[in-house]
Amino acid sequence: MTATTFAWLVLLCPLVGTIVIALGWRILPGRSAGWLGTLAIALSFAFSVVVFVSMLRHGAHHRQFTSTLWRYDSSAGVDAKLQILVDPLSVFMILVVSGVSALIHLYSVSYLFTDRGYARYFSYLNFFVLSMLLLVLAGNFVLLIVGWAFVGFASYALISFWYRRTTATAAGLKAFVINVVGDAGLVLGTFFVFKHTGTVDFVKVFHAVPHVFATDQGDLVAGCVLLLVGAFAKSAQLPLHTWLPDAMEGPTPVSALIHAATMVTAGVYLIARMHPLFERAPTAADVGAAVGCATLLMAATIALVQVDLKRVIAYSTISQIGYMIMGVSAGAYSAGLFHLMTHAFFKALLFMAAGSVIGAMAGVQSLDRMRGFRRAVPFTFVTFLVGGLALTGLPPFSGWFSKDDILGFLDHRGGGFEVLGIAGYVGALLTAVYTFRMVFRAFFGPPCEEARELEHGHLAHAEVPRNPMTGEEEDTDVGFPGPGHFIAEREWPMRIAMGALAVLALIGGVAQIPGVDDAVTRFLDPSFADSRFAHAQVPTGPAWVGLIIGAGVAVLGIAIAFRVWLAAPGTAARLQARLAPLHAFLANKWYFDELIDVLVVRPALLIGRFTESVLEPAVIGGFLTGGTTGVVRAGSALVRRAQTGFLRYYAAAMIVSLFGVGLYFLVAAS
Amino acid sequence: MVLADVIFFVAAIGVLTGAFGTVMLRNPFYSVLALAFHLVCLAALFMLLRAEFVAAAQVIVYAGAVMVLYVFVVSYVGGGEQLPSGGALRVLGPMFAVAVAVELCIALLGSALRGIRGQGAPFIPGFGTPGHIGTLFLTKFLFPFELASILLLVAAIGAVVLARRRRGLEELAPSELRVRAIQPAYTGTLAEAAGVRPRAGEEPPELEIEHVGGAGARVERVGGAGARVEREGGW
Amino acid sequence: MAIGWYLVVSALIFCIGAGGVLARRNPLVILLCLELMLNGANLALVAFARMWGGEAGQVFALIVMVVAACEVTVGLGLIVAMYRRRLPVDVDELSELHG
Repeated sequence: MTATTFAWLVLLCPLVGTIVIALGWRILPGRSAGWLGTLAIALSFAFSVVVFVSMLRHGAHHRQFTSTLWRYDSSAGVDAKLQILVDPLSVFMILVVSGVSALIHLYSVSYLFTDRGYARYFSYLNFFVLSMLLLVLAGNFVLLIVGWAFVGFASYALISFWYRRTTATAAGLKAFVINVVGDAGLVLGTFFVFKHTGTVDFVKVFHAVPHVFATDQGDLVAGCVLLLVGAFAKSAQLPLHTWLPDAMEGPTPVSALIHAATMVTAGVYLIARMHPLFERAPTAADVGAAVGCATLLMAATIALVQVDLKRVIAYSTISQIGYMIMGVSAGAYSAGLFHLMTHAFFKALLFMAAGSVIGAMAGVQSLDRMRGFRRAVPFTFVTFLVGGLALTGLPPFSGWFSKDDILGFLDHRGGGFEVLGIAGYVGALLTAVYTFRMVFRAFFGPPCEEARELEHGHLAHAEVPRNPMTGEEEDTDVGFPGPGHFIAEREWPMRIAMGALAVLALIGGVAQIPGVDDAVTRFLDPSFADSRFAHAQVPTGPAWVGLIIGAGVAVLGIAIAFRVWLAAPGTAARLQARLAPLHAFLANKWYFDELIDVLVVRPALLIGRFTESVLEPAVIGGFLTGGTTGVVRAGSALVRRAQTGFLRYYAAAMIVSLFGVGLYFLVAAS
Repeated sequence: MVLADVIFFVAAIGVLTGAFGTVMLRNPFYSVLALAFHLVCLAALFMLLRAEFVAAAQVIVYAGAVMVLYVFVVSYVGGGEQLPSGGALRVLGPMFAVAVAVELCIALLGSALRGIRGQGAPFIPGFGTPGHIGTLFLTKFLFPFELASILLLVAAIGAVVLARRRRGLEELAPSELRVRAIQPAYTGTLAEAAGVRPRAGEEPPELEIEHVGGAGARVERVGGAGARVEREGGW
Repeated sequence: MAIGWYLVVSALIFCIGAGGVLARRNPLVILLCLELMLNGANLALVAFARMWGGEAGQVFALIVMVVAACEVTVGLGLIVAMYRRRLPVDVDELSELHG
């Protein structure tokens, strides 16, 4: 069996999982829906490993395989096939996606247990994994767009999972609408590419690009910018990032999977996959790098003042993805993807640990209410700390290696990119500050009431279930979260998942130590062999300099956080009072939501209302349908006048016609 | 050939006179008589054209049977009140007819058909005799012959059906032959209009069926709030 | 006489019949005028049969006669039915099949 056969099996497992759980939800008892879903993804991961191994057996430059199941259509010049492309990049992605997904499924088995929508959750989650795998394995633009759209739907379905919560459904809609903007960009970008290359197949397009496009040709730049719009919407970059913090309305494992590890990385994957296009249109690539940089700074500043625990981590995700987008736009493909991998590990871990803390707090997510959980939930504390250290980029955690891999490349590339690199270090400082703000506020200090009770072995229970954001009352029936709260200390599936990720976050960096090994780069090399930057390796010396600067920045950030939140309590309140306008600006998320409301939402509503009240009755009702029917009615009324019912008039008509016909023939014959 | 021409003119004048009489005489009885005269003269013309069998058939069937039928019907229906012909067609009708006649004559006069200027094809003995016609009917034109007989059958049955008496109808006074519609037109189902099914929100009507009159005629009185209808059955 | 004369007579009969159909109101008379038109056609047929020398025209004329007889039968049946139902026997009054 070839690598591609196993790749198809990788896709098949979550599909079967989705269908079986969806159809059998009534009869699956207890947690079996959860175990089924986990098993499906675990099998998918196993097959991914097999694909990886069988790929390694081939020579380094013979590792690109395509496989077509069938041809959808070949009309109007578009050859749309159900085709996958198995090369190092896609294998890397499916390993990360299926591996992290399997662990998150395992975590969810116990985390969502008492929820009435348990089976529905796993069905959606499996569908999501299927869509993401489809997206990264796609061998042509058509399947990529299909996967892209499916992922958007899965995200919507999972964000509004607790569908009776109005905040959740509103967030789901927001996410979906912004994703549709991205979809439009993606499709239009595809069109621009197709217009000149005449094909949608990746391999053929990439071979054709150097011949068909001139450098920075208008159409190519436009196409690439549109693809970037798609990437930005999916990866929550400026200005299409507003959906991601709201998406925290979904269950915590969903946030871990979709909005940290996998779906939001689709944009990064897109840019990396389309690198021949972007290298041919450096303008578009520069746009991507600039936006990535701006996003990482903006999101880091907002994360400093957020009060909800999950939203801090969400803005952290936006910021880290800014790093990745900046990296792959600038040409640091393997560095960006390496950071994608390590970020998946530690961000998913952070979310899982946050979920555990929220469970200990009986559903409350506000940092203002949590304090001193260090002794109450020790395992959660350790894993949260590991994740936080990896995020901050402290040696020897994986985040240190991956983040500085990107920044080192940017410095090496020189020119304007050095500025971006410096901005990246500033962002790293802010990252350290807000991460340890979370750690110190939630886990240090005198324990809050829930923590004290938990130390005595009593898990807090909410008397009246409430919406964590608005505080309004709910119940625990279907459509709302279930009554149970789970912490890692009591659930072994959660512990296994978090432990595995903690280990990976700790040691993951060994894959790419400058000067020692560069496994990721070498593995991904064949995919990027045609890149200009293929041999632009950062020399070991400058790389280690960068690493040391990064470590220093991280330590500085931790020290600042320690000073503000732990050593001198009250500093935060004083700073907030002194810098009130700045604090308000950041707390309101740079007023992006309000901006989009004014620029987009209100005009759209206005147009809609105008259409409904004026356009529709007058034009469509009156002119088009009313007009058409009116014309037909008038015409038939006119014709009806001939049907008098008088026999003799009918006879007269016949005679007259006979006369006319005779006349015609007489004239014609003469 | 002078005799033939004289007979032609006499017969032609008779034909046209009969035609005018049919059209213009007020009393339909006289019109029938005029038509009968016309048909006999036409038979003479047929004879001149050597169509003996057709002429005989014309007299026997047309002037004999069909006109007799007409006479019976005119007697039954009555002359009718002398209806004044009405409207514009009283003038326009003949005008159109004249126009068509002029046109046809022009066509004939200017026709390129040379055969109509001659006397016709050479005579074959037996042309137009019943023997020849009969042979043709049973060989070359068998199919039309059979179809015509079926047509006759259908017409006969149709006439019987159309003109039969309906049992019981004659006994009822005309005022009872009524169907009262209680709904605006084009709304509701047939059953609702007839009152057999209640419209939305009403109780079902109670049915009383009485047999009145001969077998086959029933009057159904259907009661119920707002669903009252009297209708006759028997169709 | 030349065949053309017979054809002229036939045309005249036809047109007289047509004028009658248009001008009269009594359905009985209208049917009579219809008979006139059919007779005109018959005469033309027989005249052409004489011209060509084949009897097909005469056979056709006989079939026309059969059809006319049937049509008269049915039409008169209709008139009798109309009279029986006490409807006015006047084509201008019977105009309910209108649009």
